Amino acid sequence: MTLRKEYIEELEGLKGEVLKMGELAKESAKNAITALANRDAELASKILKGNAIIDELEFDIENRCMRLLALQQPMASDLRTIGTCMKIITDFDRISDLAGDIAEIVLRMGDEPHVKPLIDIPRMSEISQGMIADCLKAFATGDIKILEDFSARDDMIDALFDQVRRELITITIERPRCIANAGHLLFVALHLERIGDHACNIASRIIYMITGEKRKLE
Amino acid sequence: MGLIETEDLSVLYGDVPAIKRVNIEIEANKITAVIGPSGCGKTTFLRALNRMNELNGARTDGKVLIDGENIYNGNTDVNMLRRRVGMVFQQPNPFPMSIFDNVAYGPRIHGIRNNKLKRIVEESLRKAALWEEVHDRLDSSALMLSGGQQQRLCIARALAVNPEIILFDEPCSALDPISTARIEALLRELKKDYTIVIVTHNMQQAARVSDYTAFFLMGELIEFDETTRIFERPKDKRTEDYITGRFG
Repeated sequence: MTLRKEYIEELEGLKGEVLKMGELAKESAKNAITALANRDAELASKILKGNAIIDELEFDIENRCMRLLALQQPMASDLRTIGTCMKIITDFDRISDLAGDIAEIVLRMGDEPHVKPLIDIPRMSEISQGMIADCLKAFATGDIKILEDFSARDDMIDALFDQVRRELITITIERPRCIANAGHLLFVALHLERIGDHACNIASRIIYMITGEKRKLE
Repeated sequence: MGLIETEDLSVLYGDVPAIKRVNIEIEANKITAVIGPSGCGKTTFLRALNRMNELNGARTDGKVLIDGENIYNGNTDVNMLRRRVGMVFQQPNPFPMSIFDNVAYGPRIHGIRNNKLKRIVEESLRKAALWEEVHDRLDSSALMLSGGQQQRLCIARALAVNPEIILFDEPCSALDPISTARIEALLRELKKDYTIVIVTHNMQQAARVSDYTAFFLMGELIEFDETTRIFERPKDKRTEDYITGRFG
């Protein structure tokens, strides 16, 4: 006989919901850059609608966590799992909000051509996508080895952000009329840099969930 | 060095060991919780610390050192030992006499009388957080008190003989949540002056009140560590399985 069967099922269900929320946030962030590259207003609008589902999921997961804490009084790895879920859903929510901000920028930019070809911004997006995907994998499997190089990956995103920023400042100085478009792209790059930071937060929490050690990745 | 240390402590009922070669160091002025499933030996361990097991005909091997002295050597005065290491039981067990006489019982045996006795009774009841509730009816029967009050009276009775160590065996299991909260607050207060070892089935209680936790399973001490560590990230899988309820 397995004791606390329902409780264990509830915990598994909770983890499933967190994975679902994480997948949706990752998809949102990916679509935001696709919408930016393709000037796809329809996709941008879809991201904004999708964020409402992510917000609902966040409340639902938080309620599940509160219920488990109140009714089951979890301990040890169960307690760490629930604590981690409560923390990382905030990061997933912020990632989807940042994706939403990029989508709004896409809608505001309309058909206006970009001041520069999009090279580093998609690279930043790709790295951050990989980080979120690895977080979800580590959360699901407990394999935290794939999170070990997160600081290095975040440094790469930071370096790319610096590069984009410098480039956009130069363009703005040379072509002051492009300031609005350059400003939009600068915000997109900043949002991607923030998404990388949220991925690091999530990774730190997953390491804690698995090992019990608190370690800040940044 | 701990105030209490055990070296290969085993207690056997006939040929059956209830605890096996337990080695532990219990620090002074801390609360140490002993947890584990029924029959794991936690109460036997507790009772070994003031030689209560021998009242049930159990055999004890190994050592229990208090302040470096083995309480199982031939010279130990068992009455003095039990004065030094007091005990509070699961069911409140006041004597069928007045509140005053319950607390005065131990000091009277030690020859204390008159004003000094009154002072000790008052101090003990104050320390047990019961004085305010009973000071105007000290002559009433202790059996008139509520369960929670009776348990605090038993704590006052234990305090009256000025122990160094107090052993609590499931002190809240017969109490309602409010009385339980009172006893828990009292334990935290008492650890300033006393060393406390508490056996509890209630893991949340162990997590709330204790500084250290010992997990016993089938007579063995499986893990002993700071309470935060035991309940957040235990080292042994058996501890993890027990405290997360994946057990049996």
